[in-house]
This record gives sequence, C-alpha cells and structure tokens, in this order.
Amino acid sequence: MDTTDVSAFPLRLEGEATPMVSFKKVTKSYGSLVVLDSLDLDVAEGEMVTIIGPSGSGKTTVLRMLMTLETINGGVIYVDGEPLTHMPRGGGLVRADNRHMRKMRSKIGMCFQHFNLFPHMTALENCMEGPVHVLGLAKREARERAEELLAMVGMADKRDQHPSRLSGGQQQRVAIARALAMRPKVMLFDEVTSALDPEVIGEVTNVIRQLVAEHNLTMLMVTHQMGFAKDISDRICFFYGGRIEEQGSPDELFGNPRKERTQQFLSAVKEAT
Amino acid sequence: MFDWRWDFTFQILPRLIVATGNTLLAAGLGYAIAVVLGLALVLAQRTPFRPLTVVVREAVEFIRSTPLVLQIFFVFYVGPQFGIRLSPWTAGMIAIGLHYAAYLSEVYRGGLECVPKGQWEAAKSLNLSTARTYFRVILPQALPPSLAGMGNYLVGIFKDTPMLSVIGVAELMHTANAIGSETYRFLEPFTLVGIIFLCISLPTAALIRLFEAWVRRKLGMG
Ligand SMILES: Nc1ncnc2c1ncn2[C@@H]1O[C@H](COP(=O)(O)OP(=O)(O)OP(=O)(O)O)[C@@H](O)[C@H]1O
Ligand SMILES: [Mg+2]
Repeated sequence: MDTTDVSAFPLRLEGEATPMVSFKKVTKSYGSLVVLDSLDLDVAEGEMVTIIGPSGSGKTTVLRMLMTLETINGGVIYVDGEPLTHMPRGGGLVRADNRHMRKMRSKIGMCFQHFNLFPHMTALENCMEGPVHVLGLAKREARERAEELLAMVGMADKRDQHPSRLSGGQQQRVAIARALAMRPKVMLFDEVTSALDPEVIGEVTNVIRQLVAEHNLTMLMVTHQMGFAKDISDRICFFYGGRIEEQGSPDELFGNPRKERTQQFLSAVKEAT
Repeated sequence: MFDWRWDFTFQILPRLIVATGNTLLAAGLGYAIAVVLGLALVLAQRTPFRPLTVVVREAVEFIRSTPLVLQIFFVFYVGPQFGIRLSPWTAGMIAIGLHYAAYLSEVYRGGLECVPKGQWEAAKSLNLSTARTYFRVILPQALPPSLAGMGNYLVGIFKDTPMLSVIGVAELMHTANAIGSETYRFLEPFTLVGIIFLCISLPTAALIRLFEAWVRRKLGMG
C-alpha cells in the first residue's frame, strides 16, 4: 500500500503549462522488488513520448499504471490536471474509488502487444462495444464512427470478420481503431509491433505515424524499433532499473547519448538488428 | 429369453412412457436450476466481499462431498421440522438443482480460468462495467471450454433422477418399482427402464458434441 505521504501533493495541477500526463514521485513494487523508483515524468498535450530500455526496466509498468491496470505504491499520477490514482476528499488526496477511476480512465486508451481483441465479436463489434455501452452512443452513430475509424486504419473491408480470420497486423490495426473509438486524450502503445511478422510491422507503424501527423493526441509508446521511435517521437526516455536514466529529443538521445548505460544499450540494439 | 413376457411388456409400456416424461421433466428442471444457480455460485465466489466468497466456497465444497440422496432426504424430511413443508417435486428439484449447481460452478470456474488475462484488461481499458465485462466479454469465451463438462453433468443429472424415487417422485424408477410390487414381475419393468435410459443418454452425449462445435462456430472461435 501507500509508502509515501500524499498530503504534500496538489489536489490538481493548474496553469498554462499543465502537462496532459504527470507522474509525481511514483513508486511501484511487487513484494520486495522495486520496479519503479520515485518516477517523475511529464508528457505535454499532443506530445509523443517513446520509452525505450532493457527488458524488465519498468516500461510496460508505466503504461499499465496509467491505464489503471496496476495500482501504485507511492506518489500520484495526474491526467489532464486531475489526479488519476487519487481523488480529492476533505481537502486532501485519498485513494481513487471505482467511480473516480472510471471517470479518469475514459481519458486514456491502450493498445497491447497481443492485441486483446474480443474473439467472439467482429472487427466492427469490437469497435462499437465501448461507444455504445460506455459512452452511451446510439447504435447508428457508433457504427458510423467505427466504420470511419476502420477505414482510417485500412480495415473497412474486413469489418465483419472475427479476429481469428485476421492477420496479426490487421488485428492490431482493429485494436487501434477500437481504442480510438473511445475518443481518448491519451493513447498508450505497448510494443504493438513486437508480436508481428516483420513484413506487416509497416502497416501498423504507418497507422501510428498517421495519428501523429493528423491528430493532436498525447501518446506514450514503448517500442524496440529504434528507427521508428526516432522518426516520430518528440522525446525519448531511456529507462534503466525503474528510473529514467536519460531523456531528450530523438536526435540528442540517439545521436549523442551522454550516459554510458544509454550508449551500451543503443550499441547492443544496433548489433542485434 | 427365460420367462420374458411380451404381452406384459406391452401392457406396462404406456405407463413407463408417461413416467419417462416425468424423468425428463425432473432432469430438465433440475438442470435449468443448476445452470443458473451454478453461475450465481461461481460469481459469488469472485466478488471482493470476503465473507460471501468464503461461505459460498465452503457450501460448494460441502455439497460436493456429501451424497445426493442424503441431500434429497434432508430437504424433504428435515425441512418440515423447521416449518418448511415441501412437495416431493419441489424438494427434489431444490436438492438435485443445488447439488448439480455446486458441480457446475466448478465447471464454470474452469471455463473462466481459460479466458486470457488480456481480455479482462482490454475490457477495463475500454471502461466496460463489471456486469458488461462478465456477460458480454468473459462469459461468452468461458462457455465453449465449459460445454464438455456441462454436457457430462446433463447426462449425470438425468441418470441421477431415480434417486428422487426415494421421496416418491413418480419418475421412471419409482414407476417400475410400483409395477413390480403390484405384479411381482420385476424383469420387464427394470429392463425397460434400462433400455429407456440408454436410448436417451447415448444420443444426448452425441448431440452435446455437435452443440459444442456449433457454439464455437457461432462465436467465431471455431
Ligand atoms: N505481476 C507481476 N508480479 C511480479 N513482478 C512483476 C509483475 N509484473 C512485472 N513484474 C516485474 O516488474 C519488472 C518490470 O516489468 P515490466 O513489464 O514493466 O518491464 P518492461 O520494461 O516492460 O520489460 P520488457 O521489455 O521485457 O517488456 C520486471 O522485473 C518484471 O519481472
Ligand atoms: Mg514490456
């Protein structure tokens, strides 16, 4: 449970430069294993931040905490100025209850490494489930929006197929459309191309490129594809042992890494590819 | 055949066929209760409310480790001592429904465990309500892996209906026994009962397998 006192944290973040996502001294541990150690990370509205780093450094955990799939042990996460993990009560912050969590969760969408589409629903049904039953849209409106999004990811002609009939790349594109259908302000991508055959990786990364170019979404991405990360990110964070070891613009971080661990990691990745 | 009397056989057949109707009704009703109640039992064990989960888990364990016939006697004969007077049918349906609900809850639990963790996480990331997550996302996927076990218990409940004869439900066994005591001929009625059970059990098992394949196809998981 809580290992830090949250009374020192503000009830909400205000002002001109309020980040869309803000981790404040966030700690996460499993038993005695400390996975994230007093993490501070801000992501501005519309910014695309990519997290890289060795296996086990806590990259996935950062996204999962933001999606409320994991609880945190210390610190506070803010989304859009409001606390996500906590809520204001009697002048202080207390653990968020279910209702607060549901309200905050609606601002965030996530795509997973293994797609996690609902196998018993068609591509279209996957994209309509949330809009109809969570956002309360009329079926017709939800359908139109889902069709638009499926067209955007190039899956309009497969909308009536079940996931088992789709390739990995196609499933991942449907999963992106499904998440976007909820109109999130923040999108999370956790190694969305890692489970794909090399020849279909491009069809998924192109969709993400298009999102970056045409939409003002705030995005947080974990990937092992350094070339792609360099192309589209505003900022790269290199994680090591549950901390941000180094961060900067793609040019700085890839072109001129200052920390030795960053250099080692990047040259190891380069050798592997 | 030694002393098999065909005229007697045909004479008692209509009575046994009527009793078969009662057997099927008992099995069907008992199973319907078990299917719904079993789901309630497994869901109750998954609520965050600890006392409820513990009580339900112990109750399921208790039902599974005591004989059905004892539970039937208990509901029928012990109930009245607490002022609960039930007809044989009602008592029988409660007892057999509850008994099989306990077994089906374990089948459902196994089915639920087959659903990957990622499905729960996807439902949560879409902000689906708990009810919607269960009924639209998780349970449909838990169904196909549960069907084989559910089918076994459908045949099982059918074969256990004769136990209801001990409290006087006029199903097949009870009727055959009555015919025997009236006529002192047991060979024909009991043989017929065996044949009737066989003629229903075997095709049912085959139908269940077809149904399973159909459900998988229907859910796009074939
Ligand atoms: N549910 C859990 N229980 C115990 N330990 C866990 C759990 N989930 C993650 N961990 C541990 O937390 C650490 C960070 O995990 P995380 O998944 O965030 O790493 P990652 O940077 O995403 O690694 P990878 O590149 O392999 O995906 C790892 O040491 C992992 O073993
Ligand atoms: Mg990971």
